Amino acid sequence: MKENVYLERLKNGLITENPTFVLMLGMCPTLAVTTSVINGIGMGLSTTVVLVCANLLISLFRKVIPDGVRMPAFIVIVASLVTVVQFLMQAYLNSLYGALGLYIPLIVVNCIILGRAESYASKNPVLPSIFDGIGMGLGFTFGLCCLGAVRELLGSGQLCGFQVLSLSWFTPITIFIMAPGAFLVLAFLVAIMNVIRKKAAAAGKPLHEPVGCMSGDCAGCGFAASCTGKSSDKTEGKGEA
Amino acid sequence: MKTLLLIAVASAVVNNVVLSQFLGICPFLGVSKNTKTAAGMGGAVIFVIGISSFVTSLIYNFIMVPLHIEYLQTIIFILVIAALVQFVEMFLKKKVPPLYQSLGVYLPLITTNCAVLGVALTNVTKSYTILESVVNGLATAVGFFIAIVLMAGLREKVEDNDVPQTFQGTAIVLVTACLMSIAFMGFSGMI
Repeated sequence: MKENVYLERLKNGLITENPTFVLMLGMCPTLAVTTSVINGIGMGLSTTVVLVCANLLISLFRKVIPDGVRMPAFIVIVASLVTVVQFLMQAYLNSLYGALGLYIPLIVVNCIILGRAESYASKNPVLPSIFDGIGMGLGFTFGLCCLGAVRELLGSGQLCGFQVLSLSWFTPITIFIMAPGAFLVLAFLVAIMNVIRKKAAAAGKPLHEPVGCMSGDCAGCGFAASCTGKSSDKTEGKGEA
Repeated sequence: MKTLLLIAVASAVVNNVVLSQFLGICPFLGVSKNTKTAAGMGGAVIFVIGISSFVTSLIYNFIMVPLHIEYLQTIIFILVIAALVQFVEMFLKKKVPPLYQSLGVYLPLITTNCAVLGVALTNVTKSYTILESVVNGLATAVGFFIAIVLMAGLREKVEDNDVPQTFQGTAIVLVTACLMSIAFMGFSGMI
């Protein structure tokens, strides 16, 4: 029984609620760092580390943190962890740190992390929260890897830095490793997911809907509690909540 | 003066914050359904980034550097930005109601906008002075404004088109963003 919870959490993060493919969360780093597989893995794993530690700490302190200030408290915990990861990477993985640059400190505002903190870790015991973090983190890493592989292969004919497609017959489509390529690859991903979604719905097992800002509503966002601007397209504001 | 102008042009169009640095993608995709709301969001972002880049660079130069706590920048900046947005919201509500009417809805959304934190961190990384930081912040935000308003205009047109069923919704928006990004690459030779 107990093991089921952990396995279910891992499967949930990797497949059922995969942050990249299904929930469409954390799109800023997804677009920015997937120029190659290595960058994707680097970003994915650093996010995983932060996510697991944040889930652990938040779950530990979930009864101590007063409800009214939980968002600032979560942000401080996440920001401290990100700072630690940032310095570790700077010290031991300097070239990767150079490639990811600004996007490492920006893990703080990654909606996956605050989303999990708010919707899972702050309500559940420590161990399942850790597994939830591992599942979500690996799901994110997997998503970044796939996108990175497509872009690297089309953009330079390489995979993980090795020449896979011979340059004698393959002309690299450089635009794929530049900014527009990121949008294009993501557009096709969304389109493919639309098809899969429709098939799954027809088979009677509908997939989880996207929850991020991509779907236009903020329900799944970690900031939803502190954010009064829900359903952002309504011009008539509801004022202070 | 020349440096300031270079910074402004570079941040506003050459390295456009949305289309080449991928910051602030969420509002860019979420709040760009019509030009009016997009302009409201863009205006709010200009307002907040302008103030926050001024405040964060003040705090960095006059508090963090003398105390040698530069390593806490991420933590301090995100808290300062969150507090600042709340404060600006309260201030506008009380003192400048017309402005609050037009920007108020967007202000809370901006805390999560990674462009705000991104600008604050870039200002430190590039060791800009306070004036340069403000110029960089405002120019970045103007770049965001340009991108989101253009995007909203295009989306209004796309509404009338016959989009393949699979690409309806977010997918066609991303294709549009891709084409806009290619167009903005045209600026890259300028500096």
